[in-house]
Amino acid sequence: MKNSELVSKYMRDSRLPHIWCPGCGHGIIMHSIIRAIENLGLDKDKVTIVSGIGCSSRAPGYMDFNTLHTTHGRALAFATGIKLAKPDMKVIVISGDGDASAIGGNHLIHAARRNIGITTIVFNNNIYGMTGGQYSPTTPHGDFGTTAPYGNIDRPFDIANLAAAAGATYAARTTAFHATQMTNYIQKAIAHEGFSLVEAISVCPTYYGRKNKKGSAVAMMNFLKESFVDVKAAERMTPEQLQGKFLMGEFKHNTQLPEYSAEYQKIVDRLRKE
Amino acid sequence: MSKSKEQLEIKINKNWCKGCGICIAFCPKKVLGFDDNGKVNMNDRENCIKCGQCELRCPDFAIFLGGIDNE
Amino acid sequence: MSKRIVKLMQGNEACVAGALAAGMKFFAGYPITPSTEIAEGSAEKLPEVGGKFIQMEDEIAGIAAAIGGSIAGFKSMTATSGPGFSLKQENIGYAALAEIPLVIVNVMRGGPSTGLPTSPGQGDVMQAMWGTHGDHPVIAISPQSVTEMYYETVRAFNLAEKYRTPVILMPDEVVGHMRERIEIPNADELEIFDRLKPVEGEDYIPYGVREGDLVPRMAGFGEGYRYHITGLFHDDMGFPTNSTVKAGVKINRLMAKITDNLEDLISYDEYLMDDAEIMIVAYGSTARTAKNAINKLRAEGIKVGMLRPITIWPYPVEATLARAKQVNKVLVVEHNLGQLMLEVERVVKSEAELHFLGRADGDVFVPSDIVKKVKEVL
Repeated sequence: MKNSELVSKYMRDSRLPHIWCPGCGHGIIMHSIIRAIENLGLDKDKVTIVSGIGCSSRAPGYMDFNTLHTTHGRALAFATGIKLAKPDMKVIVISGDGDASAIGGNHLIHAARRNIGITTIVFNNNIYGMTGGQYSPTTPHGDFGTTAPYGNIDRPFDIANLAAAAGATYAARTTAFHATQMTNYIQKAIAHEGFSLVEAISVCPTYYGRKNKKGSAVAMMNFLKESFVDVKAAERMTPEQLQGKFLMGEFKHNTQLPEYSAEYQKIVDRLRKE
Repeated sequence: MSKSKEQLEIKINKNWCKGCGICIAFCPKKVLGFDDNGKVNMNDRENCIKCGQCELRCPDFAIFLGGIDNE
Repeated sequence: MSKRIVKLMQGNEACVAGALAAGMKFFAGYPITPSTEIAEGSAEKLPEVGGKFIQMEDEIAGIAAAIGGSIAGFKSMTATSGPGFSLKQENIGYAALAEIPLVIVNVMRGGPSTGLPTSPGQGDVMQAMWGTHGDHPVIAISPQSVTEMYYETVRAFNLAEKYRTPVILMPDEVVGHMRERIEIPNADELEIFDRLKPVEGEDYIPYGVREGDLVPRMAGFGEGYRYHITGLFHDDMGFPTNSTVKAGVKINRLMAKITDNLEDLISYDEYLMDDAEIMIVAYGSTARTAKNAINKLRAEGIKVGMLRPITIWPYPVEATLARAKQVNKVLVVEHNLGQLMLEVERVVKSEAELHFLGRADGDVFVPSDIVKKVKEVL
């Protein structure tokens, strides 16, 4: 059985099927990334995909680009080195909610602050999946994890807005259910010159779902469909209508600020001329 | 990717299907179902409108619209 | 041959000059005393030669970005000290397993914890060996002078590139901050090693070793070879594996980089050892104090000499053992409470009587400390 042309072109298909659980949303997001790359017509040799540690971070191993699977939380720091060294490279970071916003939170805000031309796709499944279901910085307040047996008393991060506040010049959120919109946002993020982040809400039926009685993968996908409201549509909704809803959409898109590695190159060029 | 809809049909890679049921649930024409092994099956090719919703949300790259000359 | 430039230079400045001579094109780091001048010098000089410098948000990011720069194809360095060296440990192991060439400078200060930030120490010797988790190859070098800082930085880059492994350059604070005369060699006097690239037209096996090569050839990202790098145990194609057979082959090959190439890696120096009855083992700035003490003792007719490891890891075992058989007594002097001493003890065994002089209070030894100790153990 042959694969789709897209899979044959962009995936290391001999390494598939991937390790993710049945119904894990991560595969949907990975698929959206290769669709976005196809739409942009990027040269595979000029794309580097970097990840840290966690379920999401296994994605690059399946993707036929320059791929780097690094240490927990550090993907953006490794990626910063690559982007600065090779500014013509499209550098994409795939990270999880724990990887990006807990152990790697410092790198996230500083990469955003620099406006370095890296696209970060956060596969947010609201839980530490690889280690078996511990609460993460995006586990909703009151939800359960193996390390929150009495309910999570932490307040969650809003990763897209955290990045935007830290200086990201493109920040968006969408879900595994809204896969077409996701492709569109990822495409815009990769085409964007500065630091871009797409928070892709995934589903983890195995741990988050089971711990919190969210039902099957299909039920969790339906929850995404019903609960996420576009930020523009939300402007016209009443507080009652917005009760229990989550916002998605584009939160920031600023093409005016200079990109970091290009700014550094200006210094190099100036000194080399003198 | 350059082929017209008529030249395409739903292909299933059962080796990769993990039976999550997402494609079945979100198929607008309800033409998909489970086979005896709990994997996706094309039950009603006649009524498939080749919209690609199954491929869009399959986490496992196991179902897709492919060219008829593929096999 | 053109005339060498003679300069008064600081150790940390000589490190930057040596790195640039070796072909450094990328530096990422974080400010920390007493290594900061290395970052400052790199920030100033790298863009002039088309290289890149970045000050990262923390120590971990510093080494991570430096590894990224190396993966992108550039000779790369980071520099730090004590607390920063602790923070970098995980990614030192990453570079060792993923076989990424990198120079890590650790200008040793007084520790533990924040310790004595502006005082010298040699307390990171064992951390260089065992600081990151798991078995892994280690190359660590400790220069004793500004001139040696220059040459050993060049050698650190050469070894990193040749063996595809992180190399730790660990001067103590005295060497990092001292200023002395240095003759800068001309470029044509230096042997520079560049990592070997894949052979064009051949299938590229990212972690396969071609016949006659020491290590796998390394393609930079963006050079047309799309492959995978991971900190998981991996097969020859770079992909993760749980195979105990493949993991065993991999770790054995990594360790053999050291054990099969001791002669190439080890560098040491001897002083008045031929007729010595007492051997001092010392390195870095401590060895300079010891040399002065030896001169004083010799003037009194005491037959004392010194073996000075320049490569700390792998330790010069054979040289030490040969001399231990010759002398009656061995005195290890180091700026800690007994670290390399443990290695010397392991090597010397009962071949000679072993003594130790150490301190970790931030103050330096003066020659009379060593003179006194030698007389005590006579």
